[in-house]
Amino acid sequence: MSAHTIVNLPDQRTATMPKRNYINNEDGILSWLFTGDHKRIAMLYLVSITFFFFIGGAFAGLIRLELLTPQPDLMASDTYNKFFSMHGIVMIFLFLVPSVPAVLGNFLIPIMLGAKDLAFPKINLLSWYLYWIGGLFTLTALVLGGVDTGWTFTTPLSTHYLNTHVVTAAVGIFIIGFSSIFTGLNFIVTIHRMRAPGMTWFRMPLFIWANYAASILMVLGTPVLAISLVLVALERTIGIGVFDPTKGGDPLLFQHLFWFYSHPAVYIMILPGMGVISEVISTFSRKRVFGYTAVAFSSVAIALFGFFVWEHHMFIMGVSNYSALVFSLLTMLVAVPSAIKIFNWAFTLQKGSITFETPMLYAFGFIGLFTVGGLTGVFLGALGMDIHLTETYFIVAHFHFVMVGGMLMAFLAGIHFWWPKMTGRMYSESISKLAAIVTFIGFNMTFLPQFILGYLGMPRRYHAYPPEFQVLNVLSTAGATILGVGYMLPLLYLGWSLKYGAIAGDNPWQATGLEWQIQSPPLTENFTEIPVVDHDAYDYEWLEHKTAQEVTTVG
Amino acid sequence: MHISPVLWQFLVKWLNSSALFPREASTIAPYADALYFFLLTITVVGLILVAVLVFGFAIRYRKERNPVATQVEGSTLLEATWTIIPLALFMVAWIWGALLYFRIYNPPTNAMNIYVVGKQWMWKAEHPGGQHEINALHVPTGRPVQLTMISQDVFHSFSIPDFRVKREVIPGRYTTVWFEATTPGTYHIFCTQYCGTNHSVMIGDVTVLNPEDYQKWTQGSTSGTSLSQNGERLFASMGCNSCHSGSAAARGPNLAGVYGSKLQLSNGSSVQVNEAYLRDAILNPSQHITAGYAPIMPTYQGQISEDGLIDLVEYIKSLKSNYRVQQTLTTSQSNQAAPTTPGTVNP
Repeated sequence: MSAHTIVNLPDQRTATMPKRNYINNEDGILSWLFTGDHKRIAMLYLVSITFFFFIGGAFAGLIRLELLTPQPDLMASDTYNKFFSMHGIVMIFLFLVPSVPAVLGNFLIPIMLGAKDLAFPKINLLSWYLYWIGGLFTLTALVLGGVDTGWTFTTPLSTHYLNTHVVTAAVGIFIIGFSSIFTGLNFIVTIHRMRAPGMTWFRMPLFIWANYAASILMVLGTPVLAISLVLVALERTIGIGVFDPTKGGDPLLFQHLFWFYSHPAVYIMILPGMGVISEVISTFSRKRVFGYTAVAFSSVAIALFGFFVWEHHMFIMGVSNYSALVFSLLTMLVAVPSAIKIFNWAFTLQKGSITFETPMLYAFGFIGLFTVGGLTGVFLGALGMDIHLTETYFIVAHFHFVMVGGMLMAFLAGIHFWWPKMTGRMYSESISKLAAIVTFIGFNMTFLPQFILGYLGMPRRYHAYPPEFQVLNVLSTAGATILGVGYMLPLLYLGWSLKYGAIAGDNPWQATGLEWQIQSPPLTENFTEIPVVDHDAYDYEWLEHKTAQEVTTVG
Repeated sequence: MHISPVLWQFLVKWLNSSALFPREASTIAPYADALYFFLLTITVVGLILVAVLVFGFAIRYRKERNPVATQVEGSTLLEATWTIIPLALFMVAWIWGALLYFRIYNPPTNAMNIYVVGKQWMWKAEHPGGQHEINALHVPTGRPVQLTMISQDVFHSFSIPDFRVKREVIPGRYTTVWFEATTPGTYHIFCTQYCGTNHSVMIGDVTVLNPEDYQKWTQGSTSGTSLSQNGERLFASMGCNSCHSGSAAARGPNLAGVYGSKLQLSNGSSVQVNEAYLRDAILNPSQHITAGYAPIMPTYQGQISEDGLIDLVEYIKSLKSNYRVQQTLTTSQSNQAAPTTPGTVNP
């Protein structure tokens, strides 16, 4: 077979918007609010999470502004505590957890599998409504005066010592949890039952594998979060005493329950992002993902091991030394599949034919930042090192490298990659590249100084700090300003592209996924006839062959 | 190039007063830093490796130079390489980290003990010799110091970054940490677990003194009564001595010499008596019935502060015979004068 995979971009200048597509299929706001179409629900999610992202981002900006000076001068301590609590709650539960699965996953999983919709379209819509009901509870808690528990709701602080709207926020998160469970359930059933003929498990794109692994975590982990939040609410309202040592309860039990969800939640957040990166790297190097099965199984391995490492959040909390030993070992093991993925992505580039469009730049950013985020995780997994580093800015920097440097970069890579498919329009290439670079620089400037601060011992969640830490904090705040610009830019040029962007055409990147073989934006029913899959994922020779045929037959 | 002298002064002052690496002021710090540099090396080397691969391939195989991609399935050998090498490095980190952890959390037997009570939003240090400090801690160089810590309300965390030690301070449970300071000076104490409004002012200073200076400090700042003397008063005033009198017919078990012994409980299990056991037995007596005794002791939950419990624990620890218990008992029964004030304080 000749290895010619010449990129033959379809003539985008002559491409036209398809007359009928999922966006103009029905009109009116109600047609969106009562839609069962997974693509429309994805767009609803996109608008919603963008809204919450900028709320969470505003809190982040205010936190960094306060930390510009060592003195507590911009706001009161209680206000500061509420800001970082709301920042965490909004960003994690209302942005990161739903980001890639609920937007990109919702939009793409059925199409990538060759299906017309998810298995349960109405439950999918219900997920979005639950997300908003939870979101409104959270906003209510915010408007009524906020919550200052931190996103971790640590007992007995949250149950006995605070008089803010803890229960309101807990109810909000409880409800959002169900949105997440339903999305996960929907994905699992869809992936099992609705694959097109010929779409075997090992022909699925890696994006599907990653979302499948994350869905399992959502379905099995989120109920435990729900339980722990219910217990907090009951302890707070009627004093059941499960976490109260004076009534024979155990305050540490809450943290075991909470982290049993919240550590897997980290993988819920990062795994779908890893799926995005696999797609993007493959497309722009025009090459099969190196070691497809290794990457697929590493997602599953992360999901599996991810359930057995929660105690590494509690190494200094007087847990048994020997259980700490076991959890540290498991933590080291869960780091290995991530390393495997990084090297597989790097070697996907080898012998490729690489171009550097915006999604690829974000993906490169992801690889660099996630490598740092992952390796600094090993610092924290190593027991003796964790004693010094935990609860300091080191841990703040670490999880922002993974969550923001990793997940947010992946999300932006995905949005830029699939934007032409979702909207049928292209954005300006030069300004989007600029945004990717600005984001990368701003991010590093914000969070690299925090590693140093952490090793110096600056505790997290401090409203005021000793003056010798100021230089690094000023650097960090300056970086955050740049980062803020980097995040505002896509909002502007993507919004602009909706009306003025060039028409994208079906397959602007010449990618192999099924979603690129249909019109952009797709029809409501995705496919006019259900495709029969006779090739592996990332088969660029198949694509070339197909394109050649189209040229000859269609002319 | 001229920089305004004012700006220059400002910059110099700023950089000099800012820190980039914490001081090493305990015997543990060099061990922690060694592991830190090992992990830092892995990180930097790993990052450079990934960067070289990504940028190398990106330049070598960019479309202009390599217009046609060559499809590669994968390579089991390479997969094995980048599974095994990271795994091996992580295993080294695991073992090294575990050794450090056990070093930090297993105090030497000769460590001097200081109690720390955390509460919103202050640290109270209680020295056995009767020195009480708030948001401050004085320790000597060259002597292992163990902190036995408990919280009166929410989770706190006691951290001394320059010693590289930290431990969560938990309500209802003693936790311990130890260190041996090496360099006299003043170092930060931080509360690192978010504990409410004034979390960021729950800070203090640990002052490390030469043994001679420390001796002077202990003599100059004692309150006059040691913790165990406070405990003895509490023991009498709470009426503990009426049952725990040490006589053969007493309703409660003999407490002299009980600390450190192995105790047979009525539910068949046996426990090593330590501070935590003594505290729990006072607060939850029904869960800790010594074999052969009836479960008649009432709970003292909510009646004694954590400071009081520490005093009682220290007293029971120091109790070697029941002579003074019975003395107190007879004195109170015969309504005579109180026993003579206990002797001088030994720090």
